Amino acid sequence: MSADGARLLLQLEIDQLNAAYAAALDEKRFDAWPEFFMEDGSYKVQARENFDRALPLALIALESRGMMKDRVYGVTQTIYHAPYYTRHVMSPAQVLGEEAGRITAQSHYAVFRTKPGDASEVYNVGRYVDQIVRTPAGLKFASRLCVYDSEMVLNSLIYPI
Amino acid sequence: MNAPQTLSRWTHPGSSRVPFWAYTDAQLYQRELDQIFYGDHWCYVGLEVEIPNIGDYRLTWIGERQVIMVRDRVAPKDRGIDKGIRVVENRCAHRGVRFCQQPQGNARSFVCPYHQWTYKLNGELAGLPFKDGVAASDENGEPCVNGGMPDGFDVKQHGLTQLRVAVLHGLVFATFSDKTPPLEAYLGPKVVPWLDRIFKGHQLTLLGYNRQRIPGNWKLMMENIKDPYHPGLLHTWFVTFGLWRADQKSRMVMDDEGRHAVMISRRNEGGQNAAVTQGVTSFKENMALNDTRLLDVVTEPWWTIADPSDPGAQITPTVTMITLFPSLIIQQQVNSLSTRHIVPRGEGEFDFIWTHFGFADDTPEMTRRRLRQSNLFGPAGFVSADDGEVIELSQGGFRQWGEGGETLCELGGTGTEATEHMVTETLIRSMYAYWRKVMAV
Repeated sequence: MSADGARLLLQLEIDQLNAAYAAALDEKRFDAWPEFFMEDGSYKVQARENFDRALPLALIALESRGMMKDRVYGVTQTIYHAPYYTRHVMSPAQVLGEEAGRITAQSHYAVFRTKPGDASEVYNVGRYVDQIVRTPAGLKFASRLCVYDSEMVLNSLIYPI
Repeated sequence: MNAPQTLSRWTHPGSSRVPFWAYTDAQLYQRELDQIFYGDHWCYVGLEVEIPNIGDYRLTWIGERQVIMVRDRVAPKDRGIDKGIRVVENRCAHRGVRFCQQPQGNARSFVCPYHQWTYKLNGELAGLPFKDGVAASDENGEPCVNGGMPDGFDVKQHGLTQLRVAVLHGLVFATFSDKTPPLEAYLGPKVVPWLDRIFKGHQLTLLGYNRQRIPGNWKLMMENIKDPYHPGLLHTWFVTFGLWRADQKSRMVMDDEGRHAVMISRRNEGGQNAAVTQGVTSFKENMALNDTRLLDVVTEPWWTIADPSDPGAQITPTVTMITLFPSLIIQQQVNSLSTRHIVPRGEGEFDFIWTHFGFADDTPEMTRRRLRQSNLFGPAGFVSADDGEVIELSQGGFRQWGEGGETLCELGGTGTEATEHMVTETLIRSMYAYWRKVMAV
């Protein structure tokens, strides 16, 4: 395959990974969510003001698939919240580089929130900064950082972005 | 325009029933801004560590007024008594423009973009274009001056609003009023030891911010952190892991005015205790973390202090939740530390700004631990996310009923005394006893 062909194929694979990720969340198949990550994968949702100023605090900061499972238990069993749906809309991935089997990619997202019986609202807007690894089970995130522009969270953020 | 409604319609004696209009009345809210936020109270504006260098500034809020916290130059002779922290209103003295738009930065002076009025860091007007007019020639070719400010225009009279500022162990407070008593007297001797415990002698480090907009009245957040009844019921993590529940050794402290409070408690091992877990749906007996690093608590030496109310004894709380009326909450819950700033936006909404911090002598492991435990708190926290949610639901309930409805805060009676347990709503009652006095309702 030509270099251009390989590049396009990789881009398509990452777009499909993102599409599957969004579908799992928007369909509330939360148990499937940690499986998009490596066992020691990391997941962070961080306000842009912290990211830009290199302040380490994040809204959610998980360092393993185990922590992600704990989050899923929180989302589904322990955190009281009014019910809502999310809808993720993502841009095509921009592949920024590949080194030692790790692909660095970025894409933009907008997440809309809809409470049952209510209008949809813009909930969280930002970009994914991803480290992706190829495994026998397909592409997995070694890390996914969601840097959100919408620094003011509309009350609470329960489900993963 | 409708005539102003009378607000003196508090029907029950005492403060154990809070009428719904205390949360929903727009005119009352305007009076709260004037009497409370812009009145004789010290309001939190930020941490000294946020503006470490001369010229560093940060936009912040007192009520709905945006103010600038800035570090000014200080003459060498004054450095022992003046840290140079100034708070000025972000409103140009000329045409009222909110001139500063960068959320934080470093400035030599503040310049309004509209007409270039220029202010020193302390808010004094340094100069303005065309103050003395523009030199020109009249119709006879004689030199003259066009325009300019009137004779007697005094730049000293046209600076920014300069607030009084008080700094306690790196916490910065400001007030619009000349009558607010000195900060330590305002906080009172019962509360100050609990601030000393966290802040005195500690150099802070800034870990970052989280912000949330909560559709509820601002007082509901103060109440939430004066309410030791709910944490072991609403918050699964607290009851299951023994972080806060009714079988713990606890103390409720308040200042003499009843407006500030400290909820103090010591963690237990959690697990089953029928007295506090039976029938509590949020208690999850078999819950275990997949990754225990989320709650890898390490005791810190500063947790232990001489017990302020028991001379000779020591006390080692694992959690202190401090409410400083009207707009600051300070959290120590095991290794996680934050200030939470309430910024009201009308009677039915407020912004809640979390500033997480650590200490300059923290090891990298301790910093990581504080950051991991921050997963419990903030707008997405395992624990705190549900507080914002129930506040929204409370406001919804008040709004749908209106006049005549009231909340009931009578756990532990109707009094406003300090207690050595947490099965009480005394701190909410004491805040409303004070609030009634200030608001004259």
